Amino acid sequence: MKPRTRRFAWIAAGLAALGVAATLVLNAFQSNLIFFFSPSQVVAKEAPQGRAFRIGGLVEPGSLVREPNSLTVRFRVTDTAQTIPVTYTGLLPDLFKEGKGVVAQGSIGPDGAFHATEVLAKHDENYMPPEAKGAVDTARKGMTMKSLHESPPGAR
Amino acid sequence: MIPELGHFALILALLVALVQGTLPLVGAAANSPRLMAMARPAARAQAVLVAFAFGCLAWSFVSNDFSVQNVAANSNSELPLQYRVAATWGSHEGSLLLWTLMLGGWSFAVSLFSRNLPLPLVARVLSVMGLISVGFLLFLLFTSNPFERLVPPAVEGNDLNPLLQDPGMVFHPPLLYMGYVGFSVAFAFALAALLGGRLDATWARWSRPWTTVAWSFLTIGIALGSGWAYYTLGWGGWWFWDPVENASFMPWLTGTALIHSLAVTEKRGAFRSWTVLLAILAFSLSLLGTFLVRSGVLTSVHAFATDPARGVFILAFLAVVIGGSLALFAWRAASVGLGAAFGVVSRESTLLGNNILLVVAMASVLLGTLYPLFLDALNLGKISVGPPYFDAVFYPLMAPAAFLMGVGPVARWSAAPLPELWTRLKWALGVALAGALILPLVLGRWSPLIAFGLFLALWIFASTAANLRQRLASTPRRGLLARLGANSPSYYGMLLAHLGVGVFVVGVTLVKGYEVERDVRLDVGDSVAVGNYDFRFLGVTPAPGPNYRALVGTVEVRKGAQLVETLKPEKRIYNASGQAMTIAAIDTGLRGDVYVSLGEPVGAGGSDDIAGAWSVRVYLKPFIDWIWGGALLMALGGFVAVSDRRYRLAVRRRATAFDAAAAPGAAD
Repeated sequence: MKPRTRRFAWIAAGLAALGVAATLVLNAFQSNLIFFFSPSQVVAKEAPQGRAFRIGGLVEPGSLVREPNSLTVRFRVTDTAQTIPVTYTGLLPDLFKEGKGVVAQGSIGPDGAFHATEVLAKHDENYMPPEAKGAVDTARKGMTMKSLHESPPGAR
Repeated sequence: MIPELGHFALILALLVALVQGTLPLVGAAANSPRLMAMARPAARAQAVLVAFAFGCLAWSFVSNDFSVQNVAANSNSELPLQYRVAATWGSHEGSLLLWTLMLGGWSFAVSLFSRNLPLPLVARVLSVMGLISVGFLLFLLFTSNPFERLVPPAVEGNDLNPLLQDPGMVFHPPLLYMGYVGFSVAFAFALAALLGGRLDATWARWSRPWTTVAWSFLTIGIALGSGWAYYTLGWGGWWFWDPVENASFMPWLTGTALIHSLAVTEKRGAFRSWTVLLAILAFSLSLLGTFLVRSGVLTSVHAFATDPARGVFILAFLAVVIGGSLALFAWRAASVGLGAAFGVVSRESTLLGNNILLVVAMASVLLGTLYPLFLDALNLGKISVGPPYFDAVFYPLMAPAAFLMGVGPVARWSAAPLPELWTRLKWALGVALAGALILPLVLGRWSPLIAFGLFLALWIFASTAANLRQRLASTPRRGLLARLGANSPSYYGMLLAHLGVGVFVVGVTLVKGYEVERDVRLDVGDSVAVGNYDFRFLGVTPAPGPNYRALVGTVEVRKGAQLVETLKPEKRIYNASGQAMTIAAIDTGLRGDVYVSLGEPVGAGGSDDIAGAWSVRVYLKPFIDWIWGGALLMALGGFVAVSDRRYRLAVRRRATAFDAAAAPGAAD
């Protein structure tokens, strides 16, 4: 082979390899993105059916219930506007507490509850998962707007 | 007084760094030995000043000086001494000071171990490092002063995040930063080569040991972080593809590519532009990692501050360093040249393949790490990219790289005839295939993925053995010992590091293939069978700690009738913050770990009923310690390789090293 042909062959091989890698990467990327929805969005049926996604918000105070003789827990996640029931079987993280922020990953079951496969509430005491904080902030903003336009304050 | 002295030392360090970053550079351009000679003393003075400042901060922590805001926010008088010292780098400000200290340390080392290098090169290298230092010192002084006073002083400190009160905190950050920042030396050498227009085999030989040492430290640092997460977070995982982990892993992947590319540049004079580009990339990714972790873009345990000014500063600094060095590369790369040509099947081509795979893997990690941030910044929604993505992309990319690891070291430089490769490797291939078919059956369950993983590991072991055998056979000495002694440490270092990868692959494969994870509810006296073991829960008892209260569980582990181990997992509540922490109890062994951690009381009496039933996590992690053992072997290989005498030879060899080796044997 002449040097030029050889260089061309190298470049072609390199591009082909990169093409394969890019296809692989983008394919995996597409199918493994996990989207985040706030309780309000879930109630508005914006969340996908039959696909895993994440929800975030505050664990509603007084909502945590343990099923006897199993590791299944039920609690409700709220963004202060809407609330979703969540069930989870397993160990809750150390920083999971009523009234604190939480992010859960899972999907909506036939009973309408969110079946969490993973509950995240890590880091320190005062830390609020950014998704949970965003959900609550958005809901509060929407609520003040709504309450200004529609209902008298305190009607909720 | 002490904090003010530290602050003052930092200001002085900035002034000295300015001198270090400019005058020697001018001197190198104007060919003025007097200006160039200033590089070494300036670098040393700067390092000493930064070390003094660091000492002042550490002193403030050790002496519980809560009039310093940083100390008040991140320490507590009850905190044990070793964690008060570690708290020095537990905050945003402190960790940046540690970064700067490491940079000073590396500069100091370059000023010491550069006696055989031409003066213009030393001047340029130290100048570039001085400029980086200027950036970090400005950042410290203007946005993140660690010596800020608190008026009035706090009576008691806030405490260090309990997650960080662990021996891991004492060792992980300094070692990780040693590695991160060490790539600045390779970066400075690359820029110096571009500026001087001289990049040849000698240059590669000079910058190789620095890169290898930095890479070894980074390897240990990442492995320590991984081990720490395994036992401290109570989840039993060793890698989460967390953005912060990725931030340290991307420089590692690039650094690995750089080490191999440097080898080709030194031995064959090839890959020159590529090597320079990788050196720029590795350090840029270190900076990007610092930005990601420190700017608060990623809110996680590693992010201490969410101060936009800091983020903007680091981003601007990042743009200047990466943009500037890439512009310099675009402008000067032609003067560096591409280097020698090589055949389609040769050691160069296998190393090129390995480089491309590593860089593509790095790019895929970068995509998964940054994409959610971009979407969020553009308000296009919140997403997360989880482990499934990284698993799906990373393993297919790394498997061929692992295969090439077996071929590369036995292939000849320039052109390796396929029949010869076949003769050299057929036994290794046979052993690996047979082992992959049989071993999973011995271990319990055969699955294609386990067999494939074991094939790769065995292939690395067997081809490394074949390589050693063939090398010894062609060493012109009599007797095994003489032959072993005649080969260079850098050759053995390479073998050791490659064996480390094999050990690592064994660990990953067997943990993924055979691990058992069970979350169970256990009453006092209950037992549960997991794998071949029987776990009996004997309840929890309170126990005091230095700055926490603990509940210590007792779990007896039996195999058949025989008691294997009594495990004592803990649940701690820290006094200062009231935060709970789970400390797993692990029975570590060469063949795997038995891992038990406490969840919470789930008895009839609610969460205060500690005498009743508990949720308990029981894991079996076969061969998991091989993962970290493999990483330590890799790092050890790096250190062994650096001990090679040829890196310390004072004689200047010919600029090109084509004489280095025509035979594959002499090349490593």
